Amino acid sequence: MSLIELKSVAAFYGPSQALFDVSLDVGEGEVLALMGRNGMGKTTTVKVMCRLLKNSDGAVQFGGQDIGGLPSFKAARLGIGLVPEGRRCFANLSVYENLIAAARKGAWDFTAVCRLFPRLEERMDQSAASLSGGEQQMLAIGRALMTNPKLLILDEATEGLAPVIRQEIWEAVAKLKAETGMAIIAIDKSLKELGQVADRAVILEKGRTVWTGGFDTLGPEETDRYLGI
Amino acid sequence: MTRETLINVAALAVLLAVPLWALMADEPFIITLATRAAIFALAGVGLNLALGSGGLVSLGHAVFFGIGGYAMGILASHAQSYEPIMEAPFLIEGTKSMPMIWLVAMVTSALAALAIGALSLRTSGVYFIMITLAFGQMIYYFAISWPAYGGEDGLSIYVRNEFPGLNTLVPMQFFGLCFAILCLALLLMNAIHKSAFGLALSAARQNETRVLSVGMKPYHLRLVAFVISGAVTGLAGALFADLNRFVSPTMLSWQMSGEIIIFIIIGGVGRLFGPVIGAMIFILLEHTLGGLSEFWHVYLGALLLGIVLFAKGGVIGAFAGREKAHD
Repeated sequence: MSLIELKSVAAFYGPSQALFDVSLDVGEGEVLALMGRNGMGKTTTVKVMCRLLKNSDGAVQFGGQDIGGLPSFKAARLGIGLVPEGRRCFANLSVYENLIAAARKGAWDFTAVCRLFPRLEERMDQSAASLSGGEQQMLAIGRALMTNPKLLILDEATEGLAPVIRQEIWEAVAKLKAETGMAIIAIDKSLKELGQVADRAVILEKGRTVWTGGFDTLGPEETDRYLGI
Repeated sequence: MTRETLINVAALAVLLAVPLWALMADEPFIITLATRAAIFALAGVGLNLALGSGGLVSLGHAVFFGIGGYAMGILASHAQSYEPIMEAPFLIEGTKSMPMIWLVAMVTSALAALAIGALSLRTSGVYFIMITLAFGQMIYYFAISWPAYGGEDGLSIYVRNEFPGLNTLVPMQFFGLCFAILCLALLLMNAIHKSAFGLALSAARQNETRVLSVGMKPYHLRLVAFVISGAVTGLAGALFADLNRFVSPTMLSWQMSGEIIIFIIIGGVGRLFGPVIGAMIFILLEHTLGGLSEFWHVYLGALLLGIVLFAKGGVIGAFAGREKAHD
């Protein structure tokens, strides 16, 4: 059974239509790579999933429940954890406070997050603004985990980071997949890194789902045609 | 111990030392001034939760200050005249008991804050400022047109209310009471700031969308903060009315709201002890410059201008540096 399912979703920013026909689904314990060139609707799709943007057409279901009418905070309480593009930690709170502010009961607590990202424990009293980009990204992932989500959405989680840090973050994602069986939707430009964790891929073009399949079956024809790689 | 903590301890020490000195020097008026500073600080501590942590610039907090004052005035005046406040459908009598008056002041202020906050927090920015001001003006004019409790002339209470084990008419004892309540309020606010709720409130001020996406609704966080803030400011109002043994619509005026904001800005917005230092400086200026000229607010304006332009963290920020993550 799918954990989250989007059926022919359309969405607008004011008068501009950003999504025309997006369909995808993610099962429990599955990692989905959401791909496409810039401006094709990946982040908009994430916003619709998190209810930060209402869909004008189609349906969004989470755990078999229609969440189309839910506000974003209720969708998050159902178990959708978002690591947003650009990290956006709460700058004047410390690392510890960033994590505690978002905490909900469950297996993921401060200790568990620090086990995944030991650096956060070392920096727990530092303000988030003083962290490096990679550490902020770890904090953003940790903050999403503290809400004990069933589905974790990583929107460009490693964008602009040094290769070593990128690798560290992807290893953590792989660990999450292996040890927790958490469903993950990952958006990233690096096919190689996505390939370390993704089971399936969905490609968007101009606000439409144009390709869906196993990540291993993604061939040069698709990557050339839809991703320009 | 951080520099800010040292400043905070020093501020409390000064606030306590001045009336002790005044007691020894037989200067009861100075004790009254220190009591006034402690009460204004308490009002500021209340507003600081909404303004500093929640980013809510309320120009209507005098409503809660005034409601607290009128709660005291109404209960005490009925106790004074032995006339019940109401007889049907159930009997409500006045009281001279401070704890009871404080409870009523806090509950009525909190209820008013709930009603005002529930509506006004649906707006933000300049609209929030204007809607809180509008509520403030509505209640101010209601008080003016309420002859049963003195209307524009206000309501006098002849004897200060009672607190078990204390003679509240002795200035130092009443100061001690107000100082203790201020300390308790500071402890409460410190606990709130460090709690998950306080952190989420602060996070909502920085990025509302992010807070929504981790499962919290900023509106609920702000409403709870607004209600707590209103209740604490209401308690300050009850103490202020007891200090003066008088309550009038002036306590509900928008100028009063502005003054409470000024205490916070002078001391440091969002700093735990910002309102304490701000209120102390305000009273000091009022007493010293007010004796020289009735237009002493000109100097206060200049100080405020200087702080806004050159010391955005207020006096505490100027000496302690930028706000750190809570310690």
